Amino acid sequence: MRLPSWIAQHLAALRALLVLTAITGLAYPLALAAVARVPGLAHHADGSAVTANGITVGSARIGQSFTDSDGNALPQYLQSRPSAAGAGYDPTATAASNLGPEDVVDVVDVVDVVDSLPDPTDPTDPADPAGQTDPASGRRSLLTQVCARSLSIGKTEGVDGRRPYCTGSGVGAVLGVFHREGPTGPVTRVVSLNEPCPTAPFLATHGGVRVECARPGQDYARAVVVPVRGNAPGQPVVPADAVTAGASGLDPHISPAYSRIQAPRVAGARGIDVAVVLKIVEEHTAGRALGFLGEPTVDVLAVNLDLDRHHPVRD
Amino acid sequence: MSDSVAGAAFVVSLVTALAVAYRPLGDYLHAVVTSPRHGRVERAVYRVVGVDPEGEQPWGVYARSVLAFSAVSVLFLYAFLRVQDRLWLSLGLPRVDADGAWNTAVSFTTNTNWQWYSGESTMGHLVQMAGLAVQNFVSAAVGIAVAVALARGLARSRTDLLGNFWVDLVRIVLRVLLPISVVAAIVLIAGGAVQNLSGGFDAHTLVGATQHVTGGPVAGQEAIKDLGTNGGGFYNANSAHPFENPTAWTNWIEIFLLLLIPVALPRTFGRIVGDDRQGYAIVAAMGALALGSIVTLNVVQGMHPGTVPQSVGAATEGTETRFGVFGSATFAAATTLTSTGSVNSFHDSYTAPGGGVTLLNMMLGEVAPGGVGSGLYGMLVLAIVTVFVAGLMVGRTPEYLGKKIGAREIKLASLYFLTTPTLVLVGTATAMALAVGRGAMLNTGAHGLSEVLYAFTSASNNNGSAFAGLSVSGTWYNTALGLVMLLGRFLPMILVLGLAGSLAAQQPVPVSAGTLPTHRPLFVIMLVGVTVILVALTFLPALALGPLAEGVR
Repeated sequence: MRLPSWIAQHLAALRALLVLTAITGLAYPLALAAVARVPGLAHHADGSAVTANGITVGSARIGQSFTDSDGNALPQYLQSRPSAAGAGYDPTATAASNLGPEDVVDVVDVVDVVDSLPDPTDPTDPADPAGQTDPASGRRSLLTQVCARSLSIGKTEGVDGRRPYCTGSGVGAVLGVFHREGPTGPVTRVVSLNEPCPTAPFLATHGGVRVECARPGQDYARAVVVPVRGNAPGQPVVPADAVTAGASGLDPHISPAYSRIQAPRVAGARGIDVAVVLKIVEEHTAGRALGFLGEPTVDVLAVNLDLDRHHPVRD
Repeated sequence: MSDSVAGAAFVVSLVTALAVAYRPLGDYLHAVVTSPRHGRVERAVYRVVGVDPEGEQPWGVYARSVLAFSAVSVLFLYAFLRVQDRLWLSLGLPRVDADGAWNTAVSFTTNTNWQWYSGESTMGHLVQMAGLAVQNFVSAAVGIAVAVALARGLARSRTDLLGNFWVDLVRIVLRVLLPISVVAAIVLIAGGAVQNLSGGFDAHTLVGATQHVTGGPVAGQEAIKDLGTNGGGFYNANSAHPFENPTAWTNWIEIFLLLLIPVALPRTFGRIVGDDRQGYAIVAAMGALALGSIVTLNVVQGMHPGTVPQSVGAATEGTETRFGVFGSATFAAATTLTSTGSVNSFHDSYTAPGGGVTLLNMMLGEVAPGGVGSGLYGMLVLAIVTVFVAGLMVGRTPEYLGKKIGAREIKLASLYFLTTPTLVLVGTATAMALAVGRGAMLNTGAHGLSEVLYAFTSASNNNGSAFAGLSVSGTWYNTALGLVMLLGRFLPMILVLGLAGSLAAQQPVPVSAGTLPTHRPLFVIMLVGVTVILVALTFLPALALGPLAEGVR
């Protein structure tokens, strides 16, 4: 019996797919896995495990966090970049932040139900936003994350943590400006969008109008968003890679500049000379591949392993 | 060496390497698709499949073979994903939900490799290597086969035969994609990419925490993912993951791989039509558009306009230290220009004009140089539109390579170019009109619209990269984007094969004083102009609401 031609054609297609699956889906990867067993490749192919004192402490390719269980940076270690992979450097949840370049306004969730919100136009309504909001439950904008990291690193490392478009308290310096005719006309009202009441705004007045703090839960969508540059130096002391998350969330490297500002703190925590730390960092700094590919990098895990091996922290 | 000099040297070295590979690889591809001899393994494959390798097919049969193979691929992959929990090497992962399996089956069969899921927490090793990676090979081969069929249609006359799809498919996989992938995979392993079948290992970090380091047959999949302009990452972080793209030099190799075949195919086309200069003209138009885009993206990312990049002092959000801003920008340009869609940095966090360039690259219709095969046939259809426009301007009869461009040809070419913009714009408009579509945006305002526009542009052009902030794992996006990918791949293919059939049937017209030479710089400039104008007129209004609105604030 002859099958109708359209069925025969699909059966031929299925056979073709199965044959090609056997070749490219099984023979190819298995042959590669076999080739990858040869000495010199096997270590890479298995994930470049790093051992210290007989314990597997990580992979040479994968970054890790050097923080305590609460997420606080441990002073004796060189710190990695911020990471968006899970709770940080989680290889089972690799990710970037995916936040855009104009993500500058924080969202502060109000814990109480909407009905109990204070009416800001009604002065008799008891307003205690500070008690009703939990900043951790909102979403911090990318700008505020950058500002907060910069400020915190500046404090930890004893350097200037200021950045353009950041307030002195480490949030994005962003005003919501209301005009009489929507986006144009005289300024009627100005709100510092990332500073929830009762914080005092970073700027007293803008365009001759007093700047208010932001009342959580209020809709400022009609305001024109105006980031304020401020007077921070154009080349911040805290390097770019220190305040931004990588692409994979597993970035094993930091820039030489970020390692340099960390060296004094690491040296202090271990009671050794800064020059000793800088020398170890130097040993694990790679220039551009072939002189022009990529960027110079410092291998964070390798530096910290060497520090622990040669200059352990004394309790 | 300063950052920008190193960035420029990176681009120059890539262009040089591609120029060197152009002739040998193009000639080799030509030999593969024209050789009368069959290898021993190939004969065995034809016997199993039950096809006669000597029998050529008219365009209708060729198209039905493409569709039958792709339909079977979608169904097979769908079933595979639905039962992965019962198979080996599933790592204990559950079966994939119906809408997700549909989306992924379509996505990999159409060479899009859009990913709504995180590879490391959704796909077991067997599904990755015997399901997804297989489609990386065969969907790439299908694209090349269709491009070759169009070239044959232009080269042949008074015939209805365009070649044999099964022969083209098998030869391209076995003689081109497989050997290059093997070499590339071993090089990647040497650079630090992993290739194993384990579930990974637990590391006890210096601070006393446990870190689970993942395993997998990654290097082999990475090689064909780039070579076949597929783009589906083994891991969620795609080519940013240190196990997929461990060093700055593997980054160079991956960019080279994803441009390699699309750039060399015009040479193959020139050889098939018997005039190398025609190949040079096509590759010159592709190269002009591509270089313009790569340079622009590098410059704007280097200048880092925008509030957050200005505050940071560099566009480093979502980029890896080892690649740097320029090694990321060049990858981003190459991946969106080639319909690959793998990423080594996250485009959602790019500067507004930078994100706009990646969008524009895809909106060009993936022709500069485009995906493997689809870039060449897209550019050839544009060449046909160009001779038509030129003919209208000076009153010449439009012809291309001795073939008259009549009403039938121009109708097919126009339909080809209306397909993707229709899918992009109708898709985006529908998503924005529905609460479920808007609710998936991570960013608000203009950037949120860019996320949705990017998703539909990426899906209908079979690119697969994403402004990854958009939560696309819901049923609505999975279904809608799956549909868009399917139509965006196969409607143009059918039109191209119809065009090839109609051209092959013609009797060639002799070259006369009225013939527009299609190998001169003038034609290249016109071709570039037509490509840009077609895009600008179609997409400018949508771009104005997204990246342009965001960038001018």
